[in-house]
Amino acid sequence: MSDAPELTLEEREATIGGIGTARKRKEDARFIRGKGNYVDDIKLPGMLHGDFVRSSHAHALIKSIDTEEALKVDGVLAVITAKDLEPLSLHWMPTLAGDMAAVLADKKVHFQNQEVAFVVAADRYAAADGVQRVDVEYEELPPLIDPKRALDDDAPVIRDDVAENDEVGQGSRHHPNHIFEWKVGDKEATDAAFETADIRIREEIAYPRCHPSPLETCGCVASMDAVNGKLTVYGTFQAPHVVRTVVSLITGLAESNIRIVSPDIGGGFGNKVGAYPGYVCAAAASIVTGHPVKWIESRIDNLSTTAFARDYHMTGELAADKDGKILAVRANVIADHGAFNTHAQPMKWPAGLFNIVTGSYNIPVGHVEVNGVFTNKAPGGVAYRCSFRVTEAAYLIERLVDILAQKTGIDKAEIRLRNFVQPEQFPYSSCLGWEYDSGDYPTALQTAMQAVDYAGLRKEQAEKRDKGELMGIGISTFTEIVGAGPVRNCDIVGLGMFDSCEIRVHPTGSVIARLGTKSQGQGHETTFAQIIATELGIPSDDITIEEGDTDTAPYGLGTYGSRSTPVAGAATARAARKIKDKAKKIAAHVLEASEDDLEWEVDRFRVAGSDISMKMKDIAMAAYSNVPDGLEHGLETTDYYNPPNFTYPFGAYICVVDIDRFTGDVKVRRFYALDDCGTRINPMVIDGQIHGGLAEAYGIAMGQEISYDETGNVLGASLMDYFLPTSVETPEWETDFTVTPCPHHPIGAKGIGESPNVGGVPAFTNAIVDAFAHHGVTHMPMPHTQAKVWQTLNELGLNK
Amino acid sequence: MPSKKISLTINGEAVEADVEARMLLIHFLREQLNITGPHIGCETSHCGACTVDLDGKSVKACTIFAVQADGGELLTVEGLANGAELHPLQEGFFQCHGLQCSFCTPGMLTRAYRLLQDNPNPSDEEIRMGLSGNLCRCTGYQNIVKAVRYAADKINQAEGAN
Ligand code: FES
Ligand code: FES
Repeated sequence: MSDAPELTLEEREATIGGIGTARKRKEDARFIRGKGNYVDDIKLPGMLHGDFVRSSHAHALIKSIDTEEALKVDGVLAVITAKDLEPLSLHWMPTLAGDMAAVLADKKVHFQNQEVAFVVAADRYAAADGVQRVDVEYEELPPLIDPKRALDDDAPVIRDDVAENDEVGQGSRHHPNHIFEWKVGDKEATDAAFETADIRIREEIAYPRCHPSPLETCGCVASMDAVNGKLTVYGTFQAPHVVRTVVSLITGLAESNIRIVSPDIGGGFGNKVGAYPGYVCAAAASIVTGHPVKWIESRIDNLSTTAFARDYHMTGELAADKDGKILAVRANVIADHGAFNTHAQPMKWPAGLFNIVTGSYNIPVGHVEVNGVFTNKAPGGVAYRCSFRVTEAAYLIERLVDILAQKTGIDKAEIRLRNFVQPEQFPYSSCLGWEYDSGDYPTALQTAMQAVDYAGLRKEQAEKRDKGELMGIGISTFTEIVGAGPVRNCDIVGLGMFDSCEIRVHPTGSVIARLGTKSQGQGHETTFAQIIATELGIPSDDITIEEGDTDTAPYGLGTYGSRSTPVAGAATARAARKIKDKAKKIAAHVLEASEDDLEWEVDRFRVAGSDISMKMKDIAMAAYSNVPDGLEHGLETTDYYNPPNFTYPFGAYICVVDIDRFTGDVKVRRFYALDDCGTRINPMVIDGQIHGGLAEAYGIAMGQEISYDETGNVLGASLMDYFLPTSVETPEWETDFTVTPCPHHPIGAKGIGESPNVGGVPAFTNAIVDAFAHHGVTHMPMPHTQAKVWQTLNELGLNK
Repeated sequence: MPSKKISLTINGEAVEADVEARMLLIHFLREQLNITGPHIGCETSHCGACTVDLDGKSVKACTIFAVQADGGELLTVEGLANGAELHPLQEGFFQCHGLQCSFCTPGMLTRAYRLLQDNPNPSDEEIRMGLSGNLCRCTGYQNIVKAVRYAADKINQAEGAN
C-alpha cells in the first residue's frame, strides 16, 4: 500500500492545512456573496411578527392595559399581556442566575423599555401600528438609579415579588434590593498587611454600564407544530442547548420535542447568551396562534433592554513596600445588576471570576467583597467579550499598579517587572484561589518594550512634558482566566460546563464534525477543521463543521467566555484521537502488522522502518468493510470534555497617545499588542480576533456608556448616542505573540477572543492618565470622551 | 394602506411590484423580494448594514422608501459577482480576512464598490473615510481596509494590462 511518486513530508503537511496554518475561512464563501443565513432571513409559511409595547417609566405600577384599539388595527391578531401568560405560567421566567425575571410586566414595571405587552400581527408594520395603539396607564413610583444608594434604609423597594426572600438564587441577602454578597480571600491577613505596609494606595474606579451591541440584534422565529407537538425555535443563541433545556423547564415540553437552531449569528459578544422575553413571547404566541412567530429586536430595544455589561463600582487598594513590591490587594465592589438578576455567570460565582484581580502579579494576600444590587435599570451584567467579570478585574488591577507606580515614583514597566509571577512559579496558586497554569510575563513585557522602544518613548515624553505637550504611554500586562470550565465548580442551571464534539469519518475519507459550541463570527468552520486535520491527517478542506442545531449537535454549553477552543477544541482533539486509535487497529489488521510497530506520519500509519503504510483515507474505507474481529464497523465517536482547570492567556499591550491640550482630542499614535494564547491554530483568525477586540476596547474606553438620568430615562440607547467606533477613528493595530502552551489542554491552546478587550481597555485608560501623571492625576473615569478629557485639561489649567 | 406600483432594475433584472407607500426600501428588498444580502443593523441610518447602490450612489436602504427607488437601477451584494467569478472586492475580503460574523459585509462590499468607482486608487485614509458610514463590530476595520486596497490594486492592474 505504498504509493509513488511520493510527496515530501512537508508537502503532505501543507496539503492538510492543519494547526498553525493561516487557512482562509471556509464560511466566507457564502458570506461574501450575501448568502449567509441569519435569523431575520428566515421566512416560514404563515409567519407572523411580534413587537413589544414597552414601559415609558423606570418604576411604576400598571393600573390598566387597554388593547381594544390595537386589536382593531388591520393585520393585528393578538395582544398578549402578563395576564394571558399567567395560565401557562410563562409570565415570569427563571434566569440563568437563579432569580426570576418578568416576561411581560406583571402589575409593575421595573425599568424603562421593559416589555409590557406583545403585539402579534401579519407583518412588522402592522405590529408596530398595534404597539402604538395599546394604552397603558401607569402610577409612577420613585425610581432607584444610583447603585450606591440601593442598600440605604429608605431606598425604594424595586422587587416586591422577592422583597421578603432571604435569597434570590445566589446566597444570603440582607436588604430588599440586595442580590448577593460574595467574599473571597483572607480578610484578617489582608487587613494586617495593609496596617503595616509603608505604602498604601486606594482609588475608586468605576467600569461604566456599556453594551456589547453586535451588529445584528437579538431575534428568533418560533414555530410550534401542533400536530407533532414539536417546538422549533431559530434564534440568535450563543448557547443553543442551554436554551433548549431552559425552554423545556419553563414550558414543561419534553426536551425531545424542542429543537433550537442557531443559524448564522451576526456577532454576539455576550449579548446572545441570555434568555429574553422576546423568545418566550414568540414561542407562546406560536403555541397560541398555531403560526410561526418572528421577533426581531430594534437597535434601541437592544441597547436599552437586552444584556448590558459591567456597571461595576469598584474601590481598589494596594499595600506595598518602598520598592514597590505589592504586599496585599483589597477590592470592594457594588455590582449593579439592574431590575432582575439575569447575568450569565457560572452559578457558584455571583461575581464571576472577579477574583482573578491579582492579575499577573505575585501578591501574597488579598480580599475581595462584591455586593450585587437591584436598580431600576435594564437587567443583565453579561460578559461583553469577556470571561465572567475578568474584564473588570483586569481593569482594576492594571489601574492600581499604575497608581502604585506613580505613588512610588517607579517606572510603570519596572513596577510590573518587579511584581510579576515568575515563569518558574507555575503552576502558581494565587492568594484568591486560582491555579494559574502557565505563563511567561517578563518575556512578554520585555518583548513589547523592545518592539516599541519603550525607553525612547519615555525620553520623548519627558521632552514633550518640558514643552507643555501631553503624551501618554499606557501599559497593560493582563492575565485572563477563560475556558469555563471545570464541572466541579462551573455550572449553569445545574449543567456542568463541559463541551463536546462528535466526529464521523465517511468511507471515502471526508469528515463531518459537530460541536456543542456556536460561532458568531469566530470562524469555527475553519479552525475546528484544522484541529481535526492535524490529528487525523485529513485535509481540512474535506472536513465540514456544523454547530447550532440541537437535533444534531452533541450537548454543549455554547460559545462565550473564550471557551470554544479551550473546551470544545479539546473535545475535538480528543474525539479525533479516539478515532485515530481505532484507525490504528484497523490499519494493523489490514497491513497484518502489530499495532506496536505502527507509527503515525502526517496522514498515515507506517510500519516502522518500512515503506509499508496505510493512509487515513484508506483506513476510512476499511472501517466500513474490513475490520478485525471484535471491532465495530464505522469510524465515528463523540467526546465530552470536562477541563481540569481554566486556561490563562495573557499579554503585554502598549498604547501611545498624544493629547491636544486645547481641544482634549486623544490621538492613538500606536497600539502594540502582544498576546500569548498558547498553541496558535490559525494565525490569521487570531489576528482578526485581536483587531476586533481592540476596536471594541477602544470603543469602551473612549465613548461607550449607557447612562440614565435621575428619573430612570435611559440615555445613549441609540447609535446616535452610543459610541460604536467607525473606520476613521479606530487606530491601526500592531500584533505580536509569544507561545506558552497550556499544559493541560490536549493541543496546548488557551483561547484568544477576549484578551484584546480585557487587556485593551486598561491600556487606553493607562495611556491617557499617564499623559497627565506629572500633574498628579492618578485616575480619570471612563469613558474618555473628548469633553471629559477637556474638562480635566480645563481643571488643571492646561488649555490656557 | 395606500400602495403604488413601482418598476426598477435590481442586479440587472427588471422588477415590478406593488408596495405600500410607507414601506422602506430595505424591507421591500428583504421581505417582499427575498433579497436578504442587505441587512438591518439599526433602521436609523447609522450602521450601514443595509447599504445598496442606487443609480450610482451608495444608499442606506433603511433611510429611503421603496417608492423612491421607482425607475432606478439598484445593485445589492447579490449582484456583485459575475456568475461564478467573484468581484475583486469579494476576493479581497476573502483573502485579507475582511469579515468575521459578516453581518456588515454585504453593506461594506456595496459601499466599497461605489468608493472604488468614485476613486479607483484611494489611499488607506481615503478608504477609511469612504467606509465611515458602515460600522463593523468584529474586524477592527484593519483587514477591511486591506481588502479594499487589494481589490483596488487588482482592478487597476487588470485595467493597466488592457
Ligand atoms: S440598517 Fe440602515 S443604516 Fe443601519
Ligand atoms: S464582520 Fe461582524 S460586523 Fe463586520
